[in-house]
Amino acid sequence: MAILSTPRSAVQLASRGRPLKEHLFRIALLASLAIALVFLTLLIVYVVEEGWPRLDSTLWENQPSIRRPETAGIQSGIFGTLWIIGLTALMALPTGILAAIYLEEYADKTKWYNRLLELNISNLAAVPSIVYGILGLGIIARWMAFGFTIMTGAITISLLVLPIVIISAREAIRAVPPSIREGSLALGATQWQTIYRQVLPASIPGIATGSILALSRAIGEAAPFLMLGAATLVRFNPEGVWSSFSVLPLQIYSFISRPQEEFAVLAAAAIVVLLAILLLMNSVAIWLRNRYQKRW
Amino acid sequence: MTSGQRRLSAVATAALVVSLAAACGGDAKPGSSESTSSAAASAGSEGGQLSGEIKVDGSSTVAPLTQAAAELFGEEQAQVKIPVGTSGTGGGFEKFCAGETDISDASRPIKDEEKAACEAKGIKFTELTVATDALTVVVPKENDWATCLTTDQLKKMWEPAAEGKVKTWKDVDAKFPAEELKLYGPGTDSGTFDYFTDEINGEEGASRKDYSPSENDNDIVTGVAGAKGGLGYFGFTYFEENADKLKAVEIDSGSGCTAPSVEAAQGGKYTPLARPLFVYVSATAAKRPEVGAFLDYYATNINAIAKDAKFIPLNSEQEAKLKADITTLKSQG
Repeated sequence: MAILSTPRSAVQLASRGRPLKEHLFRIALLASLAIALVFLTLLIVYVVEEGWPRLDSTLWENQPSIRRPETAGIQSGIFGTLWIIGLTALMALPTGILAAIYLEEYADKTKWYNRLLELNISNLAAVPSIVYGILGLGIIARWMAFGFTIMTGAITISLLVLPIVIISAREAIRAVPPSIREGSLALGATQWQTIYRQVLPASIPGIATGSILALSRAIGEAAPFLMLGAATLVRFNPEGVWSSFSVLPLQIYSFISRPQEEFAVLAAAAIVVLLAILLLMNSVAIWLRNRYQKRW
Repeated sequence: MTSGQRRLSAVATAALVVSLAAACGGDAKPGSSESTSSAAASAGSEGGQLSGEIKVDGSSTVAPLTQAAAELFGEEQAQVKIPVGTSGTGGGFEKFCAGETDISDASRPIKDEEKAACEAKGIKFTELTVATDALTVVVPKENDWATCLTTDQLKKMWEPAAEGKVKTWKDVDAKFPAEELKLYGPGTDSGTFDYFTDEINGEEGASRKDYSPSENDNDIVTGVAGAKGGLGYFGFTYFEENADKLKAVEIDSGSGCTAPSVEAAQGGKYTPLARPLFVYVSATAAKRPEVGAFLDYYATNINAIAKDAKFIPLNSEQEAKLKADITTLKSQG
C-alpha cells in the first residue's frame, strides 16, 4: 500500500511547479480520451433512445416480418449470429492457439519458411473482411459446394479471425517470462509438459482476452456475409450447420433500407441487441483477465 | 502445478458452455414459437403439410413482395422454409443461373448474357410478372417550379453528356431558377438504375456519374428533402412513405403530364417510368411440391400480397396472365 502510493504522491508533489506546456499536454490527452468516450456515449444514447419503443420481448420472440414492422422481431438473426460465433470459436480458437504455440515455442526463427509464415500471418490480419467474403464464396460455398450455409459462414469468419487469434495468443505466450520455462525444464519437465503445465496456464488470460476481442470483431461483420449470400429475410432459426441463415448486422442493414419508419426503430433496437452481445463478450474478456491474471 | 491446470480447464469449460448454449438455443426453438397458430389453421386446402426449403435471392426492390408472400404462405405451410436474399437483380441471376437458388427476384428482365449463363448450366426458367412499380422522380416540398418534367428535361439532367455541364435548374430549362441541381439516385448495381437509364437516357447503364449514388433509398429521401435544388428517383413505395417531405414530379412523355399513382401505373398511363417487377422460377424447382404450392399461393393471392407489401398490384389482365403462366409452368413438369 505504502509502496504503491509513493509514486503517485511524488507526481502530485512535482505537479505544483509544473510548466504550462505540461498542463496543456495533459489537457490534450484528456480531451482525446473525452472525444472517444463522448462519441461512444452519444452513439449508445442515440440508438437506445431511437430503439426504445421496440426494446421488449417481442424483439427476440418474433421473427422478422415485412408485413408487420411494428411487431417484427430479430430472432432468426440472434440465433444466426450465435451459431456463427459459436462455431467460429470452436474452429478458430483451437487452431489459432495451437498455431501460436508452434510459432512461439517450437518454430526455429532462423529458418526462412518460419519467417515467411509470420510475415504472412501479419499481412492476413490486415486483409479487408470483404476479401474473405469473396474467398468464402468462391472456395467454400462454390468449389467445396458447402452452399450458403452456417458452415460456410463460420469457416469464412474463422479464417477472418484466425490471424488475430494467432497474433494475440503469441503476444500472451511471449509475455510468460523465460525463467518460468527454464525453471520447469531444469526440474526435468519435458518441453510439452512445460508448455502444458506452465506456459499455457500462465498465458490463458491474455489468450482468452485476445480471442474474445477477435470474436467480437467478427460479430459485427456484414460485408463477408453479403458476399456469401446469407439471406437478409429469414423467418426460421438455424437447425444445424447446413441450414440457411441470417445474421444481425445483415438484418440491420436490410431494415434501414426499408421505407417504413417502423423499420428504422426496429433497426435501432437490433443495434442495441448487437451492442449488448458485444459488451457482454468484452466484459467476459475483462473478467477473465482480472480473474486469472498473474504478475511476476 | 495443479492450480494452473485447473485454471486452464475452467476457461476451456467456459468456452464450451458458451458455444453449446449457442448450439442448443438454436435447436430448441424452431417450429415452436412461430407456427403454433398457423399449423392448426392450415392442413385443409393442400391436404397435408409440405416441407423443404425454397431459396430465393435477387432484387432488393422485389424482395419485400416475395417476403410478404413467404410470410403469408408460412401461415399455411409452416414447415416450408423460404430464405430471401437481397443480392440485387444481377447478383441474384448469377446465383440463379449457377443453380444455387430456386427463385430469382428481378426488377428488370433477364439480360442476354445472363440467359446464356443459365443455358450453359442447363437451367430452364419462366419469367413471371408479379407487380408493378412506378419509378418516382422526387423533389423537395419547397421546390415550386418543377411540377411536371418532360422526359427530355430528365434526359438533359441525367445523360452522360450532362456531367459537369448541367449544374443548375436553369441549365435544364431557362424558365427554372438558377438553383443548384443536386442529383440523387440508386447505385449502378441496381435494377432501378438500369431501368431509369434505359428509359430516360436511351441506353442501359448510361448516366452522368457526378450524382450522389446510394444503395439505400432512404439516403436519397434524406438527400433530396434536405436540398432545395435536389432531385432523385426511386420506387413508388419510398415516395408514399415520405410524401410529407417530398413532392412527386409529374412526367410528360409526349402525351401530357401524369402523376405517379397506383391507377396510372396499372392503367399503363404512367409512361415510361411504370415498370413491371419479375420473379424468375427455375423449371426444375417448380416440379418440387413445395415450390409448386408456393407458386399457386403467390398467383392466387397476388394482389393481397402486393397490397400488404405496399406494391402496385397487377391489373386484371396481368393477373390472368400470371395465373396462366404458372399453370403452364407446372404442367411442363
